[in-house]
Amino acid sequence: MTQILMPALSPTMEEGNLAKWLIKVGDHVEPGQVIAEIETDKATMEVEAVDEGVVSEILVPAGSEGVKVNTPIAVLSENGADASPPSAQALRTEENRPSPLAGEGREGGVSARAETKAPAPPPLTPSPQGGGGLDPDIPPGTAMVKITVRDALRDAMAEEMRRDGDVFLMGEEVAQYQGAYKVSRELLQEFGERRVVDTPITEHGFAGLGVGAAMAGLKPIVEFMTWNFAMQAIDQIINSAAKTRYMSGGQLSAPVVFRGPNGAAARVAAQHSQDYSSWYAHVPGLTVIAPYDAADAKGLLKAAIRSPNPVVFLEHEMLYGQEFEIPDLPDWVLPIGKAKVRRVGKDVTITAHSRMVGHALKAAEELAGEGIEAEVIDLRTLRPLDTATIIASVKKTNRLVSVEEGWGPMGVGAEVCARVVAEAFDYLDAPPTRVHQKDVPLPYAANLEALSLPQVADVVAAAKAVLYR
Amino acid sequence: MTKAKAVNTDELVRYYRDMLLIRRFEERAGQLYGMGLIGGFCHLYIGQEAVVVGMQAVVEPGDQVITGYRDHGHMLACGMDPKEIMAELTGRIGGSSKGKGGSMHMFSREAGFYGGHGIVGAQVSLGAGLAFANRYRENGRVCLTYFGDGAANQGQVYESFNMASLWKLPVVFIIENNQYAMGTSVQRSSSETHLYKRGVSFNIPGEEVDGMDVLAVREAGRKAVARARAGKGPTLLEMKTYRYRGHSMSDPAKYRTREEVDEVRAQRDPIEHVKALLADHMDDDALKAIDREIRAIVTEAAQFAQESPEPPAEELYTDVLAEA
Repeated sequence: MTQILMPALSPTMEEGNLAKWLIKVGDHVEPGQVIAEIETDKATMEVEAVDEGVVSEILVPAGSEGVKVNTPIAVLSENGADASPPSAQALRTEENRPSPLAGEGREGGVSARAETKAPAPPPLTPSPQGGGGLDPDIPPGTAMVKITVRDALRDAMAEEMRRDGDVFLMGEEVAQYQGAYKVSRELLQEFGERRVVDTPITEHGFAGLGVGAAMAGLKPIVEFMTWNFAMQAIDQIINSAAKTRYMSGGQLSAPVVFRGPNGAAARVAAQHSQDYSSWYAHVPGLTVIAPYDAADAKGLLKAAIRSPNPVVFLEHEMLYGQEFEIPDLPDWVLPIGKAKVRRVGKDVTITAHSRMVGHALKAAEELAGEGIEAEVIDLRTLRPLDTATIIASVKKTNRLVSVEEGWGPMGVGAEVCARVVAEAFDYLDAPPTRVHQKDVPLPYAANLEALSLPQVADVVAAAKAVLYR
Repeated sequence: MTKAKAVNTDELVRYYRDMLLIRRFEERAGQLYGMGLIGGFCHLYIGQEAVVVGMQAVVEPGDQVITGYRDHGHMLACGMDPKEIMAELTGRIGGSSKGKGGSMHMFSREAGFYGGHGIVGAQVSLGAGLAFANRYRENGRVCLTYFGDGAANQGQVYESFNMASLWKLPVVFIIENNQYAMGTSVQRSSSETHLYKRGVSFNIPGEEVDGMDVLAVREAGRKAVARARAGKGPTLLEMKTYRYRGHSMSDPAKYRTREEVDEVRAQRDPIEHVKALLADHMDDDALKAIDREIRAIVTEAAQFAQESPEPPAEELYTDVLAEA
């Protein structure tokens, strides 16, 4: 007997829909034969058999939703051969670049499936604003709706493209493929190929082309499939986009938004998992934004597109599928350069950006269980860094833990700590502490990967350490 | 190789004048460099004047020009004020970038000049982007994108060739092949030394042009610009040219012989070529009057560049970001 298991179709997928069986009980199955179709939130994929045998049982019927990866979905009986162990199924896919279909968030038990392949964003259910009303940018009484980070980004681009004919999107697979991570879903249908431009795999070239178009007065959004690939283009981002205004004495600007997923996804190893926050935040002339939730993703991307300056917009693949509440406002734009206090506390300040905000919030929840009230600051913008908000918090808590996903040396945390030491030295009751990735290239093995990346427990431990507990 | 066609005297006089302005300007810049008034890198265009002057003869207002760091000639040919160029070289507030850019980083949206780029080959992608904007806006404009034989070996040049041809962008790629990428000759750096063939695998037609002959440049440029403007995509023009000076002011140019330089100067000089053509139509006095006029312009520029003050300290922090 051989069990056929629900396959993982991307590095970050945890569950999917079993859309259709192409075999029935009693059928003889050959290796390589397409046996089923499985839907993720972004695509329908065919599953091929690996083993030969006769279908003896269908365990999960067609149409089942939310089938967890590795759940047995069918049973093959052998043709008199020895029983073989359960085997994962090979996939038929045209992709050969790593991780292009990834993107299902796995945090917090939130499924990305609410978003379907319907042309419009998912139906939104308005609800009164809950929570502590921490964000002063949301008018009181504003209805809130749930949306994934992916759709928030998409909506931001669509709204700005409707508003300004000079805004266009270019990058690999942004148009016909609907986005490698489906962030640009349906934009081609609405705006056409003049404004949603598929490029060859040519990061250096199309980044430069985008900057040139911006110098001519257009407002390009240049999508990198991931920021890892943008190292090919970093010269154009820094030498051409960031410096031209200064070098020209203010005559010429490059109002371009470079965006895409940054940092570690899941199990894609060293070359596809780098966090570039500190790299770009180092450079004058750039604005660097790294949002956490859907409201910030939308409000800040809209602000980035309207900015007259080049913006590096660092998204996170692990957040794309997560749902958050977002204010139901017709034109939700946030100010660039403002951090957000996501949780108020008096005992210790925890700063974080992007995905690490989630870690910091979970750590704060754990700490609360032990009677420690942590204040969590989401930096949101790394350049310019909202030093005032950090300093005000540290003056209250007298302790600082900075959290970032990237490496520690010369990092965002190093900068946050330096500023706190310079501006609030006399308020500190403990040395500022950093939580960051271990100082090695990100390993592939699941256990080593987990050891390398900052975990919630690391944040909890660091907070206790600065409290001497 | 494209040969020159007949031309009228007024046009010849204009080319002579424009080329002479570049020559005298660059000679003066070299002098100011030697006096310590210009710092850093300073790459002179002497010897290559026919390329940019010939190409400017076929563009229209609104067309764009972008090049690398050997850019003084392009700016003069685009009509930027010699005073603001020279003052930028001396790092003064009167410079086109208020003294913050220097020799390699000057721009003028008004003159259609988009730099002035210090990273070899970067301007080719940027030029394709300017052309992309033209196509996006359907404004009928063409971007002239210049680079050297050295940049012709950079990867992004071919990334840009591919997109420009794929999308039929209105751009003309102009290789100014002066035969040496700093100290490395084309023969030592390039597996295919006929650089005009470098567009073949992108379906970009290429043409070798006598870059020392302003009329040959103009003729080739006319066809390439017309093709781009008609929406038929890029053309690659390889201008065979020569720089008389070193790569930059600090280059002793030991990689070539004195005789090689002298031979080009004596036999192929682009300015002498036009002067000889004009000799049949103008007397010596008329030519000398042009020389005097050019010398006066350059003297005035050099004087302005020395009198204009250094940028005030407040300028250190301006122009980093545009106000939202």
